[in-house]
Amino acid sequence: MSLTAKDVAEILRLLEESSFDSLSLEINGMKLNLQRGSATRTQQVRELATAAAPVAAASPPARPKAKPPSEPGLADVPSPLLGVFYRAPKPGEPPFVQPGCKVEPETVIGIIEVMKLMNSVRAGVTGEVAEILAENGALVEYGEILLRVRPEA
Amino acid sequence: MSIRRILIANRGEIALRVIRTCRVLGIETVLAASEADLHSLPARFADRTLCIGPAHPSESYLKLDTIVQAALSAKADAIHPGYGFLSERAALARLCEEEGLIFIGPTSAQIDAVGDKLRARAEAETAGVPTAPGGAVETLGEAMLLGREIEPPLLIKAVGGGGGRGMKRVDRLEDLPAAMQLATAEAGAAFGDARVYLERFVACARHVEVQVLGDGNGGVIHLGERDCSVQRRYQKLIEETPAPTLSADFRTRIHQAAVQFAKRLQYRSAGTVEFLVDVDRGAFYFLEMNARIQVEHPVTEAVTGVDLVGEQIAIADGNGLRLMQENLHFDGCAIECRINAEDPARDFRPSPGVVSAAVWPSDEGVRVDTHIVSGSRVSPFYDSLLAKIIVQGPDRLAALKRMRQAIAETRIDGIATNLPFHAEVLADSEFATGGVDTSFLARFLERRLPLEA
Repeated sequence: MSLTAKDVAEILRLLEESSFDSLSLEINGMKLNLQRGSATRTQQVRELATAAAPVAAASPPARPKAKPPSEPGLADVPSPLLGVFYRAPKPGEPPFVQPGCKVEPETVIGIIEVMKLMNSVRAGVTGEVAEILAENGALVEYGEILLRVRPEA
Repeated sequence: MSIRRILIANRGEIALRVIRTCRVLGIETVLAASEADLHSLPARFADRTLCIGPAHPSESYLKLDTIVQAALSAKADAIHPGYGFLSERAALARLCEEEGLIFIGPTSAQIDAVGDKLRARAEAETAGVPTAPGGAVETLGEAMLLGREIEPPLLIKAVGGGGGRGMKRVDRLEDLPAAMQLATAEAGAAFGDARVYLERFVACARHVEVQVLGDGNGGVIHLGERDCSVQRRYQKLIEETPAPTLSADFRTRIHQAAVQFAKRLQYRSAGTVEFLVDVDRGAFYFLEMNARIQVEHPVTEAVTGVDLVGEQIAIADGNGLRLMQENLHFDGCAIECRINAEDPARDFRPSPGVVSAAVWPSDEGVRVDTHIVSGSRVSPFYDSLLAKIIVQGPDRLAALKRMRQAIAETRIDGIATNLPFHAEVLADSEFATGGVDTSFLARFLERRLPLEA
């Protein structure tokens, strides 16, 4: 058996009426791949594929863990590097920022040490510090959220 | 001293390969992964994954300080560098030495010694290991003199090069001055080291390498040789052990040469001594030593039953060599095919994307080292190696049959791969006969082209 143009049209109509977004059909070495809406295609292929593979279906590790924001509309300040995060310029000194502090994009909000090299971290956004997530002296990963800022409207 | 936690500074199949051995040994694993690899199979299997930076290797896998900081902060005892990336960077070994971390590999001094190709050549000569006629040249006058002595065709090689990089072929002596000038400039730009040396170009050559393990105190054993002559532009495609058609005497001599070289360095860990086999002269010459675990190590594991990564860890942990040469047994033949995300129909152009479906072979005598499952993303930032399919059989013919079957059973959808190309090479009569030279694949490509048009 092989697929005719009429068959394909019929399959297309069935897909259109269904709740599915994609269809893969293989008959006698002939492959038909149908996809609804091209923008989300990649995502769908991935989901389909992971569903078919038990190993891949295991939940992926979370992106450097972060507690949910305490209020909506907050802007994340992610760590630009993996390293040890310090809130203050030196031990015993007051921290760079506290909740409630006003920050501008260039405001230094902390330091990340990578092999004794100190890297300043800047807020990158204008607003008011809403919450601080990263602990002083803790290892932070690249992309981990250090603090959240309530952006200035 | 006891290694309880290892930071793996690599990705892909080799990261998974190291994790597998750690699991068997009950060692915890911390994977240093780029943002692009946070959902990879190794990230799922590691006990902990740390995001070290963005996808681009220069901002993640090549950041030495970040890797060491990650290891220290995660309280790892040791770093396994895998292959590629920082594996042969003496600076990483040195930083580990300074920070009290165990580097699972050779000492920084040994990496330096073999990284400088001219120094490695000198070490080989001192160790009584044959090298190709040639040597260092500092001036054009010296180059002309030496060039006349060893006779063209010649190769100009960069001291900082290796693995086929930084080489220039010169067919006539009158072309030497211009080529020298170009090679020196290119070597300076590419390797930060403008020094070059001359070697005789061997027209018909095979690439045969010997796997060694050293305890760091002069104790060295070999685990046989691998033939990696099936190469395309110096990229190995198929490897096998034993190397076909070599006489027992030749084999013994090449093994001994590798052991002598590693002993001379008091080499520590797993390493590979590469030789060029001059087919017409029936001779072999020292090429270079790779101070790391190699991509093709599984063929050696397949015939010896030795877990090379396990031995690397044992040596790094101060347990020395647990194997004795006379107790090693070589069982049959093994072949490895490198499955790459590259399109043989388009001049082997890389083919990144999403693997919509992956089906791997699982017959007896077949091993697949891969990080690819259905749904895996092949990133354009990294090399195109998807998997290594390794087969073992009582003899070469049996292994070859197994490999043909294994390739036929493998299916990767969503991206282009070199699977069909492997099937063609494995069906070729010249390859089936065995003992092909390094220009075999180029010849094969030429004669198959008309068929495709």
